[in-house]
Amino acid sequence: MNAARQFEQDARRIAVDVPLHQVLKKNLATYQHAAGLGRERFADWNAARAQAHAVKAEAIAHLDRYLLEFERNLTARGGRVFWAETAAEARDYILALARRRQVRQVVKSKSMVSEEVHLTPALEAAGIATLETDLGEYIVQLRNEPPFHIVTPAMHLRREHVAALFHEKLGLPESVHEPEALVAAARAEMRRRFLAAEMGITGANFLIADAGLVAVTENEGNARLSAALPRIHVVLTGIEKILPRLRDLALFWPLLATAGTGQAVTCYNSLIGGPRQENESDGPEEMHVVLLDNGRGELAADPEQRDILHCIRCGACLNICPIFETVGGHGYGTTYQGPIGAVLTPHLRGPRFAHLAQASSLCGACTSVCPVEIDLHPHLLQLRRDSSRRRPWREQAAFRAFGWLAGDGKRFEKLGRRGRRWLRYAQSLAAPSSRLDPLRPWTRYRAAPELPPESFRDWWRKRKNPAATNDAGAKAAHS
Amino acid sequence: MAKITLFIPCFVDQIMPRAGQAMVRVLERLGCELEFPEEQTCCGQPAFNSGFWDEARPLAARWARIFARAETVVAPSGSCATMVRHFYPHLAGSDAGLRRELEAAGTRVYEFSEFLVRQLHIEDVGAYFPHRVAMHDACHALRELGLKDEPRRLLRQVRGLELTEAEDCERCCGFGGAFAVKYGMISAAMGERKIAALSQAGVDYVTSTDPSCLLHLGGMLGRQPGRVRPIYLAEILAQTQDGGAAA
Repeated sequence: MNAARQFEQDARRIAVDVPLHQVLKKNLATYQHAAGLGRERFADWNAARAQAHAVKAEAIAHLDRYLLEFERNLTARGGRVFWAETAAEARDYILALARRRQVRQVVKSKSMVSEEVHLTPALEAAGIATLETDLGEYIVQLRNEPPFHIVTPAMHLRREHVAALFHEKLGLPESVHEPEALVAAARAEMRRRFLAAEMGITGANFLIADAGLVAVTENEGNARLSAALPRIHVVLTGIEKILPRLRDLALFWPLLATAGTGQAVTCYNSLIGGPRQENESDGPEEMHVVLLDNGRGELAADPEQRDILHCIRCGACLNICPIFETVGGHGYGTTYQGPIGAVLTPHLRGPRFAHLAQASSLCGACTSVCPVEIDLHPHLLQLRRDSSRRRPWREQAAFRAFGWLAGDGKRFEKLGRRGRRWLRYAQSLAAPSSRLDPLRPWTRYRAAPELPPESFRDWWRKRKNPAATNDAGAKAAHS
Repeated sequence: MAKITLFIPCFVDQIMPRAGQAMVRVLERLGCELEFPEEQTCCGQPAFNSGFWDEARPLAARWARIFARAETVVAPSGSCATMVRHFYPHLAGSDAGLRRELEAAGTRVYEFSEFLVRQLHIEDVGAYFPHRVAMHDACHALRELGLKDEPRRLLRQVRGLELTEAEDCERCCGFGGAFAVKYGMISAAMGERKIAALSQAGVDYVTSTDPSCLLHLGGMLGRQPGRVRPIYLAEILAQTQDGGAAA
């Protein structure tokens, strides 16, 4: 089934999933509330957004220069950089490295890029046991599901779901429901695996060009364990994560934490600048940074939409999006969900994901909360424009006809009156929302509007000139 | 008093003329001089929002021509005012001449409540409406035109009206133009959530700066029990104690 049909089918099912909506409503409201309080801590939130926008615009405009600067600085300390043009190249590099170094166990912290390139299934298929160590990711991995949300992967689950899952998969007694006990069980399992793993894979929240550092933001400490304990550390990230200067973090760390979870800063922020140095007692023997393009370079060359690459993956646009709340993260059928997913995915995976831009009421809530001021809903409009000539011929013809109809006042008036009369007649014959109802796409979910015999302009004309009620008005009144 | 050129959106003209009529009554009561260019049809938003910019462009240019000499344009729709004011320039592309024309077109266009409160500095229009009312913030009026307080200020001055805030009043109702029929299941789920909040607030009426939201919510309300009814902002403001809502 094609992606658009699949989306429609899933949306139809999930849109009426009341228990899911209850969970989402509560969880999304919690994040929105926290983020609201967090924004108030800023002296001027909008000035911070504008500043962040300017920094990212500069970074993306000079992507090549800053990435090379990052590479130079990191490799000077013994880090290695691999430029992956495609998802397959990124996957193959990591897989080959793991094989070469006889890696049998991998621990992973959260990385949406690893989802994008389908890294874990590839490692598992090669016989390399791969464990997600972010608690939410761990939960969805045990459930054999993709992350539901780019920041909070298990947002769709209640505590009871997790208890049942841990009972089934970890052998925990069925009675254990307390969050502390559940976390402790996951932690015990993870610690064992942290110590055994030969390779740790993390993502990156920011790549710092002038310092050659990888910045990793987290709340659980699992990312720094993944980066520090195994003998090989692999960073897998997209090229757009670049920031020009170390001091930019003074803005971006609090910005990301605030927009995402409402925290002032997240619990852990690590700056990683290479493998273990000669005078150091711990840290990995090797550090590899895989920089993924996968469509990003092309997007960076598009002056209209390249600010999509400003995204710092905070999840704010998902948290406020009524579409996300209705179809859920899994409904999108993409790695990146919500508004950012709808605008980014067609650039990464092609026009077969153009339908996501259509599945929006264009309410603009996403744009209003984006901490780096991405023009999210204008991009939805542009993506609709870009896909308009690939739409069903009937839709194209309808809008051409509409353009013709509205291109002349008299024509619009005449055909409008006939149309209303015809629709009223059809409505008198066909039961609402039946197959014969011409308004079925509307009446399937709503009562039909009562079509007035008299349009505004009929009324206006009659009122201005009550004596000479023209033919049109008289006809309208009798129809 | 001000001379106003009426911008009546196509769907108001054809499907909800009473929204435009109510606006006319309020403006006339305030002493405004009104004109209605009868050549006007549609601003092009349906085509633009659906991605058919080539079809929308001539309609935008046409709109700009028709309203070129108007001093002040007022519309009973935040969405259509937004289209002209904020989205028209998107249609110009690299055509600098058209861009100038379209940008100029937008500068004199106001949504109804915006015009009353920000331009005329009027909040009390002498209306009477003894009901519990919740305001639904229409997306374009709220986020594109920044109208949050303006309609509420008008409502607060209405005799007998009890203004109630329903939960998530800023959340989209799910209309979204073609979206409402293209992804009806999502649109309806969003509408359901809105209606649940309104029912919980215990209001008699839901009002808005956009009749199109009310067309959708009204359609959904029409299919279920409950007492919440949709009413466009100007329809409330047009009502007076002596029953002066009639033409």
